[in-house]
Amino acid sequence: MEKERQVLVIFPHPDDEAFGVSGTIAKHIQNGTPVTYACLTLGEMGRNMGDPPFATRESLPHIRKQELQNAAKAMGITDLRMLGYRDKTVEFEPEDKLAHHMGEIIEELNPSLIITFYPGYAVHPDHDATGAAVIHAVKSLPKEKRPKVYCVAFSNNCEEEIGAADVVHDVTEVADIKLNTLKAHVSQTQLMIKEMEENLKKQDPAVMARINQERFWTYQFDE
Amino acid sequence: MDIVMKEQVQLALDERANKDVYIHLETTNGAYASHFDETFFSSGAYIRNAKLKYIHSKIAGNGPYRIGLKTDIGWVYAEGITHYEIDEHDRLLMAGHDFKGKLAVSLEISETPFE
Repeated sequence: MEKERQVLVIFPHPDDEAFGVSGTIAKHIQNGTPVTYACLTLGEMGRNMGDPPFATRESLPHIRKQELQNAAKAMGITDLRMLGYRDKTVEFEPEDKLAHHMGEIIEELNPSLIITFYPGYAVHPDHDATGAAVIHAVKSLPKEKRPKVYCVAFSNNCEEEIGAADVVHDVTEVADIKLNTLKAHVSQTQLMIKEMEENLKKQDPAVMARINQERFWTYQFDE
Repeated sequence: MDIVMKEQVQLALDERANKDVYIHLETTNGAYASHFDETFFSSGAYIRNAKLKYIHSKIAGNGPYRIGLKTDIGWVYAEGITHYEIDEHDRLLMAGHDFKGKLAVSLEISETPFE
């Protein structure tokens, strides 16, 4: 894994970082690279309310805020920013305004690497809108000032259209941190964790690869 | 939240009739429904802090329940309600959780605006 000067992670929901990126984040922090996590919403519209349900529509944001703070702690992130947008409304925000907001954070931190969603290939409308705003903001920088952007993609058509991921990080050495990050988002991951831990015990190679390898697509700016 | 007790919910609905209230109404199948099943038609609707006054209300069905609020010039209703709670702000929170426990519908009534 390349050593970075400053990493900026931008996702719309608490837990977006957990499954596909938390190992990478943990490794950067262990490398001594500062990592900032900007999270746009508190996942107010989540459908997982705990098992058995312990959250209500109104208590969920408070619970997920605490879970996000716990997850940040598990990864070692000390600069966590909650940007105050509302879950499932990100795509309806004025795009220029959103891109401008992302641009302000990028300008302040001057990261060498940004990690976000690949617009158009990230399934949830908030994911696509967040990725698009970040790309928009980076594009408006002069070429030589642009940080690298690693995107997360997982739509069913993504490999067909944008090829295979060009950056793959093996995060086996921080698997415990990754598992703790997932566990921190308890209201959202309870059911998944149970299944995952059983599969981990069986050492199923497909599951191991899915957990231990984090995949990214470097965004190619055409101009 | 508790499993709906029909009489208790009707009582709570009646208590909130004929005054200005704020409504949260939402249906959702989740943003990933069509990702996991490409034949699934994803739909949902959401309104937060609609201010209205209802003059009549009814909880119907044998569970999951249907709830209708009649206003002077229209209606609000929700289908699939399984759970309810009166929270610490005296808000009537009602929700329908599907067979996996995931929220599918939510209808909430408050005398003060929702956050």
